[in-house]
Amino acid sequence: MIVVLRPGFFSTVQDDGRWGYQRLGVQVAGPMDRVSHRLANLIVGNCSSCATLEVTLRGPTLKFEYDTIFVVTGAEFELFLDSVGVAMNTAQVARSGSCLSFGERRSGARSYIGIAGGIDVKPVLGSRSTHVASRMGGVDGRALKTGDRLPVGGDVIRSVRSGPKWEVGAEVAKEGTRVRVILGRDHKRFGLEGVARFESSRYQVKRDSDRMGYRLSGRSLKATSAGFDFSSAVVTGAIQIPPSGQPIILMVDHQTTGGYPSIGHVITADLPIVAQLAPESWIEFENCDRASALTALIKQERGLMVDQ
Amino acid sequence: MGGWSLSHVGDSAVVLEFEQTLDPLVNARAMAVGGAVRRAGQRGVQDVLEGFCSVTVVFKPLETDLTELISTLQREADVQARAIVGGREIALPVCYGGSFGPDLGAVASFGSCSEQEVIRTHSASVYRVYMLGFMPGFSYMATVDSRIAMPRRVEPRVRVPAGSVGIAGMQTGLYPLEAPGGWQLIGRCPIKVFDIENPNPCLLRVGDSVRFRAITEEEYLQLG
Repeated sequence: MIVVLRPGFFSTVQDDGRWGYQRLGVQVAGPMDRVSHRLANLIVGNCSSCATLEVTLRGPTLKFEYDTIFVVTGAEFELFLDSVGVAMNTAQVARSGSCLSFGERRSGARSYIGIAGGIDVKPVLGSRSTHVASRMGGVDGRALKTGDRLPVGGDVIRSVRSGPKWEVGAEVAKEGTRVRVILGRDHKRFGLEGVARFESSRYQVKRDSDRMGYRLSGRSLKATSAGFDFSSAVVTGAIQIPPSGQPIILMVDHQTTGGYPSIGHVITADLPIVAQLAPESWIEFENCDRASALTALIKQERGLMVDQ
Repeated sequence: MGGWSLSHVGDSAVVLEFEQTLDPLVNARAMAVGGAVRRAGQRGVQDVLEGFCSVTVVFKPLETDLTELISTLQREADVQARAIVGGREIALPVCYGGSFGPDLGAVASFGSCSEQEVIRTHSASVYRVYMLGFMPGFSYMATVDSRIAMPRRVEPRVRVPAGSVGIAGMQTGLYPLEAPGGWQLIGRCPIKVFDIENPNPCLLRVGDSVRFRAITEEEYLQLG
């Protein structure tokens, strides 16, 4: 077991997500930064579907009740194992009784703690991912609390890799970033001028941004009416424009359907970069076609192929 | 029957849209296409979502043969004669008004009628489940009689209790779990419509016919 001595700001159990039930309204959840989550599993020798702990802005303190191997990836924090500094992105041996604690955050918003064997909470509809709004998965469908005890899977460790530093790690250090967007079928409702305004503006990530959505503030956008206002399916990365005109980027906990028009969609390769933006970071958008989006994703996947 | 259009949604989804209308036939076509895509079980496909008049397919961009997926969608969309798949008939008990339906009075004012008249009108219609979405098990049903089809609240509530039955324009729906929400709440249903312990967690399915039955507070307590 792993005992939660301090929960941190918002720490949740996440695996690849609860796919296949969106038609029943069940949200997917899963890691905000898919790449760092996968890297964490890879480094400790887990399969890619194992659950990690997603840490947000302020890290937890955890006590290991047995000998194990762990790693922390993603947002850069000062890390301590029993008050001795340890490196990120590198497999670490933890002895029974030792404590992992987080110090200052240097960059990014979300870290992933990978533990050999994976966090073994009971799957709900095939997934261990926590979705807080629908109280599903993880530990009682909520963020970690002091005193929680996390079971760990007994899978045999295949091999332990000392991970390469994730390429996007450099992006995380900045105060903001540009992300690539594929314009959506609704973009015509904003007019040429609206699209130009969207692509030439700098937006700021608001404080109330979370796993459901990144709320942005900046120059507002107005859509013409569609004349049909029934909700339909929405996807992660959609940039929705509500009546206020201030964009919202839908993130992994988003509800399955929505009624606002989407000006475009953040490409899959850039979603982890958005997930690492802390509140008050800036964000800018640039137009991208589907071919470039796939090229970027292939490049990212290649970066995750280690010794294979 | 009208046509359809197919669009990309970013790099990891496509949407097939029929005529934008509230029509059981169009909804049945969307259901049939969605079912066919699911049955095809194509590698890389992660989720298939049927809407009022659309089907969205979410996939893994590097693992999906997009040409194959698009041809499945096109082939199924072209099947013109779709029988309306007979959904089940489900009666849901509702205790209207009071603390269970805090907006019943507002809906009555909107319809220039009595609260009793709102209850009679709402429970007289048979509603089709057009879509499940927003949250686990939330059902979008239509068509609400135009006299009581009051639009959403201007200020959504931070907490809508589980079981609440609401109206949003021509749609009526049931909140399976406590959630924030903007629908006009007229009553509450004691039946659990979403249960993760059940292998089929959702009581209602798209295509079902739902009728609401007015019950007293005593009956509500007995059923809950």
